[in-house]
Order: sequence, then structure tokens, then C-alpha cells
Amino acid sequence: MATAPTRVPVKKTYKLYIGGAFPRSEGGHYLVVKDHKGAFVANVCRATRKDFRGAMVAARKAQAPWAARSAFNRGQILYRMAEMLEGRAAVFERLLAELHGYSASEAQAEVGAAVDRLVYYAGWCDKVTQVFGNTNPVASQHFNFSFIEPTGVVAAVAPKTAPLLGLVSVMAPLISIGNAAIVMVTPDNAVVAIELAEALATSDLPGGVVNLLTALWEDVGSYVSGHMDLDAFFGVGLSSEEQKAIQVSAAESVKRTKFVDDASPAEWRQESRQSPYWILPFTETKTAWHPMGS
Amino acid sequence: MSAQPELRVEREGQPKKAVDLLFGDLWGYAPAPESTGPVRFEKRYGHFIDGEFVAGDKWFASVNPATEEPLVEVAEADEAMVDRAVQSSRKAYDKYWKKMKGSERAKYIFRIARMIQERARELAILESMDGGKPIKESRDIDVPLAAAHFFYYAGWADKLEYAFPGGKPQPIGVAGQIIPWNFPLLMAAWKLAPALAAGNCCVLKPAETTPLTAMKLAEILQEADLPPGVVNIVNGFGRTGAAIVNHADVDKIAFTGSTDVGKIIQRALAGTKKRLTLELGGKGANIIFEDAPIDQAVEGIIDGIFFNQGHVCCAGSRLLVEESVAETVIRKLGHRIQTLRVGDPLDKNTDVGAINSKPQLEKIQELVDSGVDQGAQKHQSRCDLPAKGYFFRPTFFTDVSPSHRIAQEEIFGPVLSVMTFRTPEEAIERANNTPYGLSAGIWSDKGSKLFKIAGAMQAGVIWGNTFNKFDPTSPFGGYKESGFGREGGRHGLLPYLEIG
Repeated sequence: MATAPTRVPVKKTYKLYIGGAFPRSEGGHYLVVKDHKGAFVANVCRATRKDFRGAMVAARKAQAPWAARSAFNRGQILYRMAEMLEGRAAVFERLLAELHGYSASEAQAEVGAAVDRLVYYAGWCDKVTQVFGNTNPVASQHFNFSFIEPTGVVAAVAPKTAPLLGLVSVMAPLISIGNAAIVMVTPDNAVVAIELAEALATSDLPGGVVNLLTALWEDVGSYVSGHMDLDAFFGVGLSSEEQKAIQVSAAESVKRTKFVDDASPAEWRQESRQSPYWILPFTETKTAWHPMGS
Repeated sequence: MSAQPELRVEREGQPKKAVDLLFGDLWGYAPAPESTGPVRFEKRYGHFIDGEFVAGDKWFASVNPATEEPLVEVAEADEAMVDRAVQSSRKAYDKYWKKMKGSERAKYIFRIARMIQERARELAILESMDGGKPIKESRDIDVPLAAAHFFYYAGWADKLEYAFPGGKPQPIGVAGQIIPWNFPLLMAAWKLAPALAAGNCCVLKPAETTPLTAMKLAEILQEADLPPGVVNIVNGFGRTGAAIVNHADVDKIAFTGSTDVGKIIQRALAGTKKRLTLELGGKGANIIFEDAPIDQAVEGIIDGIFFNQGHVCCAGSRLLVEESVAETVIRKLGHRIQTLRVGDPLDKNTDVGAINSKPQLEKIQELVDSGVDQGAQKHQSRCDLPAKGYFFRPTFFTDVSPSHRIAQEEIFGPVLSVMTFRTPEEAIERANNTPYGLSAGIWSDKGSKLFKIAGAMQAGVIWGNTFNKFDPTSPFGGYKESGFGREGGRHGLLPYLEIG
């Protein structure tokens, strides 16, 4: 270095986000994050199977109380997440530009779309059960109705592109109906992801509803989809071999799986990448009967 | 019988005792069998391919479980036959079905519904002969519901865009459908009706022990002039099912059957783009609170476990009774099982018919033996069983611990495991303590309690103060290892559509 800076900046240690806290990986190993030009950015945690297990415990603990909150309240919290993100827009825009090579306008577009996507799903929280539930006109003297409930704990693999918007697009539909999520993030996107976790941690979202692990798929993949307490799996941008391996191990406890192809950041901004039909695969329909009459 | 009936009448002044309506041998029982006279069927059935019945080269017998006599011979489809069926469905899909207006498709499906109604009695008799279920159930439940399913879904065929808001519904293509032996015709209706309404063509495989009504349904499809290949039906065992599952040109698999086989299918489809729905096993909890209408609850318990000999994936096979009323409920249950009439499935008074097959009877016996061995207390009807045929006495166990096999495993027979609880929270925990999640029953006169428990059950169908009710408009299907996807109602269309 030719000249010493007038002030030495404080560098942040990026940790995992589990149960509302920011622990280091139990394994003690790290992954190097480089920017789009290949320059060193940070060392981040290399999450292990045991970290996933810890996230699973945290998510399971958080799920039922999250689902038990009123849909109105969940909607408010997702909206609050949007507010927190909007407030940090400049930070994310800078990270997308510096680390991921976005132009200023692209960065602005992605952050704006991520905020809007949270608002979109905030609105779904108290409508999705109405749109996909109904009373059923059975032919006997019974009152009969069907409604959807969250499946439970869902593990997800966030897209490799669109570090912020992709992650939000995967996480928001899952939690809107009351699932808890464990999202695996590729190390290249770790800085943006953990920055987002820090926004979530201050947004009234109960700890454990969203858990973020910076992990290599080869370290944790087979263990994740085979975990017997996991209810469902949502993978974005996985190869057909990876999908097959996940589905094989998912069958052990009849897990629900959904896969979506990755897309360019511009495609992630499109409205076709948000839908109540991204919520529905992670719900269960419950039908209840009761006699009518004296 | 010449002996005069002797009525036991309570006398005034004597201590009040519950009257047992157990007539034993006091009266001779006069059977009321449904006549099989008007019913006609072939000695042998092959498969139904491209609108025609085709012969096979390998045959096996389907046995009447009430007589142990072979009823009909059926061909076993090999991979080549399955391929023929799939190609026929593909051709029909491209040529007719996907191009046909929904309103025209609907009329074929309505027609099928009407023809099932016309031939209802014949179908009911055959169902009871082939599968062993009491005629009063096949006549009053299976067949009318099968017709109703076609009638209900027919009306959806031209209204699909109203089913899923914001979606652009399109059919998937060729659906492979594998159904079980417990409700043969009804399961065929559950599978075919929504698939056809959504615009798909189907390859259906009935269970090997109950092919007869599917072959009769094929006759109906023929008479209804359904375009050839829209529905193909192949007979056979698990191997035939596997050939459907693994066929490259099948776009969707719908399976109803055991959780073990469901997992095999889920694994087999891994890495393919085929869609899948599974309707698998269950170990349903039937929860009786002390404030329940006890006599109604006892009837619900009986219906929950002895309906269709307990060959019901959503059977209420685990009874959870609040401790304060357990003694009363168990006493009433003990009396009630003695009045169940077990025997000839074709007798109109029969409550419990024949166990579907010898292997199933052996499995039930094995699990009942395990219950005795593990220390549970067995209570069984003292009824006489017919000299021939596969029959099992209505049975329940008390002193069951949650770890017993009879409390964990699906017995799929007329065997109930009774356990007790003290608080609603304990009832919830016990009810959910199973990998299954298909059904649950809740008996209480207190609405708020009922809603609380219904919300906490991890099960797809909840019956409050009733049990084992079914309707084409009502979605059915499981949580957890009881499978995924729904059959019935608007939700039952979703597995057969691309929403876009």
C-alpha cells in the first residue's frame, strides 16, 4: 500500500443467522468471499451439518408460534421487513455494485424489487387462506370447510443470481403462510445475505422463523434433504442430479419438494417470479366436518 | 328355528340394569342375501386398451374372499402392454382430448356418472363379491359416491379458469393412476373424474384382488362412447404398477396405497419431471372428551373402525378417551361389538364383511397377536364366523401403550387400540405422535374445544362429532407420511393441472 489511509475502517465478521442470533459455525471453518473482480472481501462461516441441525431445532421451535400468530400480524411483520430493507437501501445498493458488479441503476432496481416483493407477500398473509380455502357443499347434513395451513419447516436453497432479490423471493412466500425457513446461501452471496439477516433481526420477525446458513451444497446437501424432522424442500437453480438426490432422500419421510430454475437478475424482478402459487406447495389443506341440525 | 324367542324385560323394583340387546341363539337368523341372479360378468378379463378389451397371455384369479372360490380370471400386464396403454392415452390426448372444448368433455363425464347410476345395483353386487365389503356399504356408499364424483367433476371441465385465481390452467398430459383394493370403483372414480375434467388422459391400474368393477367401468366407458384411449385400464400386480410409474411418456402419477410403496414411487420419480400425488396410510386418532354425547360417540367409534372391515386408510384406529369416561365408553363399546353382524357380504344385514384377502387376514392376525404378546388386553366379538372365507371378529384392545405395535402400525383391519388421556394438551400430543397424518375425529359438545383440537391436529381430514364421511366436494388427503395432494373438491383438480 502506497499511502496509509487517514482512518482504518472496521471490518465486519459475517456469521450465520440461527434462531435470531448470529453464531459462528460450530465447525470453525471458513469460506472466502471475493468480489466480482476477484479481490478479497471477507471470510464467512462454512456451515456444517451440525449447524443445519441447530437451525432445524431453532426453526422447529419458532414455527408453531409463528403460524399461531394472526395472519394480520404476520402481514405487518413482513411489511416491517420491507421497511427495514428500504431504510438500508443504500447499503445494499453499494454491496451489489461493489461486490457483484451491478450498475447503479441495476442495483437500485434490485433493492427496490426486493422491498416490493416483501410488500407483495405481506399482503398475501391474510388473503391466501381465503383464496385457497372454501366451504364445501356436501350432500349430507354437515358443515364442511377446507383451509390451508403451513407445512412446517422448509429448507431452501437460494438462487445464485440476484443475491438480495433471489433470497427474498424464496424466503417470503415460505414464511407468509407461517412456515419457518432454513435458507442455504451460496458463499458468493454471503455478505448480502447476512446483511439482510441483520435487517431481519431488527424487524420484529421472531428469531428462528428465518435462518440463514452460508454453506457449500456438497457439505450439507444430502444431510439437509434427508433430515427426518424437515417437512419440505424448496430449491432454486439446482442441477438435475442435485434435484434427484434431494428427491430420493426426501422420500424417506414423504417430504414435499419444489424446484425452480434460476434466472437473471432482470428476470427475478418480473412479476412472474412472485405468486401465491409459490406459497401453495408449502401448505397442507385441512378439511373439517361437523353435523348440522339439532 | 322353532325355539320361541325369550325377551329379557326389566321389572319394576329391580335394580336398573342396561338392557343388552343380545339375542344370541334366541332367534334363528333369517339371512337376507342380495340376489346375484341378474349380474353377468365374463370368466376372463384382459385389459381395456384403446376402447377395446384385449386379451393377455398370463392370467391370475381374483378370489371371492367370502367363499375363497376363484371369481374371475384376469390378465397381468407386462411392460409391453403398459407401453401400449400409455401410447394409446398419448394419442388420444393429442388427437381428441386436449383439443376438445371443456363443455364437450364435461358431457362425456356426466354420461359416465349417469350410466354408473343406471347400473348401480350390479356394480354394488360385484364390488361385494370381489372385495368382500357388505352390500349395504357398496350399495349405499361406494357406488353412489363413485357416480357423484364423476357428476361433480364433469361440471368443472368448462370452468377450470374459475378454480385457481390468476392461473392459466392447462392439462398435464397422460396420468398413470394406481389404486387400492379397499374401495375399488370409488377409487377409480376419485382418480379418473378430476383427471378427465382437467383434460388429461389416463392409464389406470386396479388392484389385483379387485379388478372386476374396473372392468365393468370399462364397459360403461365403451357404452358412453368415450373416445378410445382417453382411459386405458391395465390389470396386474405391483410389477405392472412399476411399469406405469417408470414409463417415460407418463406425465403424472397418482397413487393410493401403503406408505411403503408410496416412498418407493417417490424415489422412483426422483430426477424426472413427472408430477406426483400420494394418498397413503394412516393411524387416525378418534378423541372422545368427557363432554361428548357418549352414545353418539360410541356409534362414531364403531363406524370409524369397523366401516369396510377397517380397510380404510382414514380409519379411526386409535381411540383416545378422556380418563373420566373411559370406563363407560369401553363398557358400551364391549356391548356394541357383540351386536355387529359379521358374515356374508351379500347379506343386506351384514355390518362387517370379509377381509379382502388371505395375506391381509394373516397380517391382521399377526398384529393382533403382537398386541396380546406386548401386554394389551384383547376384547373381541363372540360372533360365529362363516366356515369358509376370510373373516375376522371385531376387536379392540385396552391397556395399550403408545409404543405398542398396535398403536403405531396401520393394521388395516377391524381392530381398534384404546388409550386414555387426561388433558386436551395430552390428547393433542398423543394424536399427533405418529408419522401419519390423514384423519382425526373429535367428540365434544363444546365448540371452542372442538375448534382448538381441530386446529392442532396434523391431519388432512377432521371429523367433529362424526366420522368417516366422504363427499365429492370435500378435499381428502394427508399431512406428513400420509402423502401429499388432495382428492375431491376444487383442491382435487390442482394435481391434474399446470397452473402456469
